[in-house]
Amino acid sequence: MNIIPIKPARRASITWPSEGLTRVPYTLFQDAAVYADEQDAIFRGPSWSYLCLEAEVPNPGDFRSTFVGDAPVVVTRDTDGELYAFENRCAHRGAMVCLEDEGNAKDFSCVYHAWTYSLQGDLLGVAFKDGIDGKGGMKPDFCVGDHGLRKLRVATLHGLVFGSFSDDVSPLDEYLGEEIVERIARVLDNRTPVVLGRFTQMLPNNWKLYFENVKDSYHASILHLFFTTFQLNRLSQRGGIIVDPSGGHHVSYSAVDHAAEAAAQAKAAGDYADQKIRSESEHRLEDTSVLSGMDEFGDGVTLQILSVFPGFVLQQIQNAIAVRQILPRGTQQTELDWTYLGFEDDTPELREMRLRQANLVGPAGYVSMEDGCVGGFVQRGIDGAGDGRSVIEMGGDSAESSASRVTEASIRGFWKAYRNAMGY
Amino acid sequence: MAQDIHQLIARAQADYVRCIDDGDLAQWPDFFTGTCVYRVTTADNYKRGLAGSMIYAASRGMLIDRIASLRNANIYERHGYRHLLGQPYVVSEDEQEARSETSFMVARIMRDGSTSLFATGRYCDVYVVEVGHVKLRERVVVCDSSRIDTLLALPL
Repeated sequence: MNIIPIKPARRASITWPSEGLTRVPYTLFQDAAVYADEQDAIFRGPSWSYLCLEAEVPNPGDFRSTFVGDAPVVVTRDTDGELYAFENRCAHRGAMVCLEDEGNAKDFSCVYHAWTYSLQGDLLGVAFKDGIDGKGGMKPDFCVGDHGLRKLRVATLHGLVFGSFSDDVSPLDEYLGEEIVERIARVLDNRTPVVLGRFTQMLPNNWKLYFENVKDSYHASILHLFFTTFQLNRLSQRGGIIVDPSGGHHVSYSAVDHAAEAAAQAKAAGDYADQKIRSESEHRLEDTSVLSGMDEFGDGVTLQILSVFPGFVLQQIQNAIAVRQILPRGTQQTELDWTYLGFEDDTPELREMRLRQANLVGPAGYVSMEDGCVGGFVQRGIDGAGDGRSVIEMGGDSAESSASRVTEASIRGFWKAYRNAMGY
Repeated sequence: MAQDIHQLIARAQADYVRCIDDGDLAQWPDFFTGTCVYRVTTADNYKRGLAGSMIYAASRGMLIDRIASLRNANIYERHGYRHLLGQPYVVSEDEQEARSETSFMVARIMRDGSTSLFATGRYCDVYVVEVGHVKLRERVVVCDSSRIDTLLALPL
């Protein structure tokens, strides 16, 4: 069957501000037509969306339900050992064929009319296809082979499973680029992840406000006061941000500079002895074990936040490792799915460190709970200001890698990739 | 005098929720023994035996730090809770300790007055029995839903 793909016409008409990436129209966070266009152009367009971990579907028959944008999707491992993904939507009348979050199955049978699909999403059989006693049944020219579930391309990278609805999207490693792949490998290469827990946070804001927040290295020490309040900041940190050429992916990292750290400590000790410097804050942690960690990667990097357009985050904050999946849920709501990770070869001590450091992240995290509400502050703040625009000028107007984290370059990068995908 | 464990637990829990909903949060850690566990997780994680938690304190010091951080460091919109507890179910008891489970519902009241059902679940507890009162050695707050709306700041 020949299919001529037709690009759906855009519903929304957006004129981007002449200033370029430093201005973003607020209407993008409000307009239902923009949201619908994003589903076509981004989530069902030429992009790769995170689906799950390979470790979550280790055996033949294992499956896991997830979403790509609005669309419900099932990831399976067939008896050939390969991974497959398809839309969780019966080809007959549209009912979901998989009603569980995860499990092991031989096939998927729609509960509505028992149309049955293989683990690869191919239609195997239709109930009463030939009718009963020669009466009823499907039209004679009905071809089972034409009515499979809509399939996604699947690609894996260091245990992460990505899927795409697009035949045009470039291969995953090219899509990500070398620097991003390297930074994913740094955390996950040759390791078997173990899920330590899963949590869902419902954010009262448009999905892009959360993705901006993830890419915003400017806000960290301003909005999140935990480290400064308890005087846990290390001044002598080196770090920077990486923005890939497409703009859509980024890494923000910081590392302890051991030499500078030693010098600073010596200086602090000296100053302390002279009693010239005393701490201004009376706040100290009673139990600092929440922060005790180890240099797991041997490079002194204590923080690496990595994002992949349009909705994936890999987080390493000391030994607290998690993947976050950002799922749009209408113009004003976002589902943020956290999966906390350890690794199979964790010592009991390291595992306990991860569990304690998990206090830093997630819906109740010492340095992340603010991110749960700040997007809502923007969403409510821009009510009535659909003709307004945000100002994103910190660090200039480009979307390039930088040795400073006091920049909004990776946010501009996001908008660069977004405009490109949306044709704005 | 034989102590009625059911009554002691019910009294301690009434005191506990009053502290969070209407009292001084700084006293919340006092409901726990010095070496204690407090964690907040979901029924799904709990059933699977996954140890990852939204909040995990392994000492009373960590509980004190949680409150200090909420008061002095963390930023969130002003809100309060209203806890409603079921009767404690005493799973087991001896002279030193008692295990119990208690269901809870928590409404969250935001500063603009909007009130919503924020969490339902159960407390899975281990109480140390002392003369005339009990203290928590372990409280695992098992939320029925895997979803948290916006953020979890105040303890459950």
